[in-house]
Amino acid sequence: MPQDSSLKHTPLYSVHVELGAKIVPFAGWNMPIQYAGLMQEHLAVRKSCGIFDVSHMGEVEITGKDAESFLQNLIPNDVTKLKDESVLYSPMCYENGGVVDDLLVYRMAQDRYMLCINASNTDKDFQWIVENSKAFDVDVANISDRTAQLAIQGPNAEALIQKLTDVSLKDIEYYHFKIGKVDQVECIISRTGYTGEDGFELYFDTEKAEAMFRKVMEVGKEFDIEPIGLGARDTLRLEVAYPLYGNELSAESNPLEAGLGWTIKLDKDNFVGKEPLAASKEKGLEKKLVGIKLLERGVPRSHYSVTKDGKKIGEVTSGTFSPTLGLGIALALVDKEYSKVGESLNVEIRKQSVPAEVVKLPFVPRSVKK
Amino acid sequence: MSVPENLLYTKEHEWLRVEGDIGVVGITHFAQEQLGDVVFVELPEVNSKLTQGGSFGVVESVKTVSDLYSPVNGSVAEVNAGLDAAPEQVNTDPYGEGWIVKIKIDDPDALKELLSPEQYNELLKEE
Repeated sequence: MPQDSSLKHTPLYSVHVELGAKIVPFAGWNMPIQYAGLMQEHLAVRKSCGIFDVSHMGEVEITGKDAESFLQNLIPNDVTKLKDESVLYSPMCYENGGVVDDLLVYRMAQDRYMLCINASNTDKDFQWIVENSKAFDVDVANISDRTAQLAIQGPNAEALIQKLTDVSLKDIEYYHFKIGKVDQVECIISRTGYTGEDGFELYFDTEKAEAMFRKVMEVGKEFDIEPIGLGARDTLRLEVAYPLYGNELSAESNPLEAGLGWTIKLDKDNFVGKEPLAASKEKGLEKKLVGIKLLERGVPRSHYSVTKDGKKIGEVTSGTFSPTLGLGIALALVDKEYSKVGESLNVEIRKQSVPAEVVKLPFVPRSVKK
Repeated sequence: MSVPENLLYTKEHEWLRVEGDIGVVGITHFAQEQLGDVVFVELPEVNSKLTQGGSFGVVESVKTVSDLYSPVNGSVAEVNAGLDAAPEQVNTDPYGEGWIVKIKIDDPDALKELLSPEQYNELLKEE
């Protein structure tokens, strides 16, 4: 298959090819979309464990004496709640309240943080962060190119990684991290992920990526590890209702409607986008992101219309066939009056109006370490 | 995987096997590989009329959806009802148990417009 040479490669590209991955362009990168098959990979993460190359993700370092106050102003969630070695999820908003990106904030120290951002947004985000940093005494550095990221996710992830490190993993709580050696390589060992399973995300020097990936695969054999592509990454996150930038979130979306109300701290002094978000909350939200389950055969896909009695009342933001549940599921942004659990709706799939129902989220219970 | 020699092909990656005045139709190994895990196949009604190049059904996989295009003019003689319970046969045995429809061919001359195995192989090299 001809490859577009303008696309970037992670340090593991040749390993993916060697493993027989199907490679597709994603967010400017040539990425593995699947290895053995999406369904098999998906179920491996739910039952044993999987390793994901997510080195395409961006990382930005924020250092300096104003680092905390800068971030507190930059994003809607409350950065002052973070302690050293803990992690915070937040959207990052434009002045009008639309979403620049969603990200993780890692606090190394009060004057040192790292942000993990989406691959497709790395350049845009970096520019936005730099622009907003002018009034603060901080340094902003894009360290994406020298940072590899591997996610090891699934019920066996802890036991597997423990074989490669002296850091006591059971002492790392959910949304916390430690800096320590894994297979003699210094890593940020973060108990986070995008699958709804327990697991870790490792950040480390790009140069060590291939050796690390091979080592985890080798030691992982007894833990039934499988390499996992972006296809299963998407179905895994959708089953546990984690939003995806570009689908649930965008420059046009209202993060309060998109289910991120819990991250928007309107009682904070100020943050970029606060005024319009506070105003929209005050006025009352018009739409709500809901979970939808199809009651008949079909697979909902993004942008399909959601209807009630023949009238369009919303749109699917992400949809798939759920490998765990064996039926069609979707996240959809619908008019608020039709957002109650149990509401009967239809999803328009080609010429058919397929009966569906609003269900409680997540579709599949999360098994993260609490 | 090699392209079977005894079949004809479309540019949209359907195959057709001529059995008298009947054409058995499925999707190629390449097509099923591109789609990934097939979760269901929307089949046409028996006796419905199909036109060459016209869409007659849909294959849904976990990650994507793809139309099925009829290789010939004709009418549906039989559909593979086994796919309802086991759609994964399209993946595991695309040229055998994973067949999709049997079409009574109206116009055997139009078979000339389909790709030979050699031509289909050439097409795959470009993909």
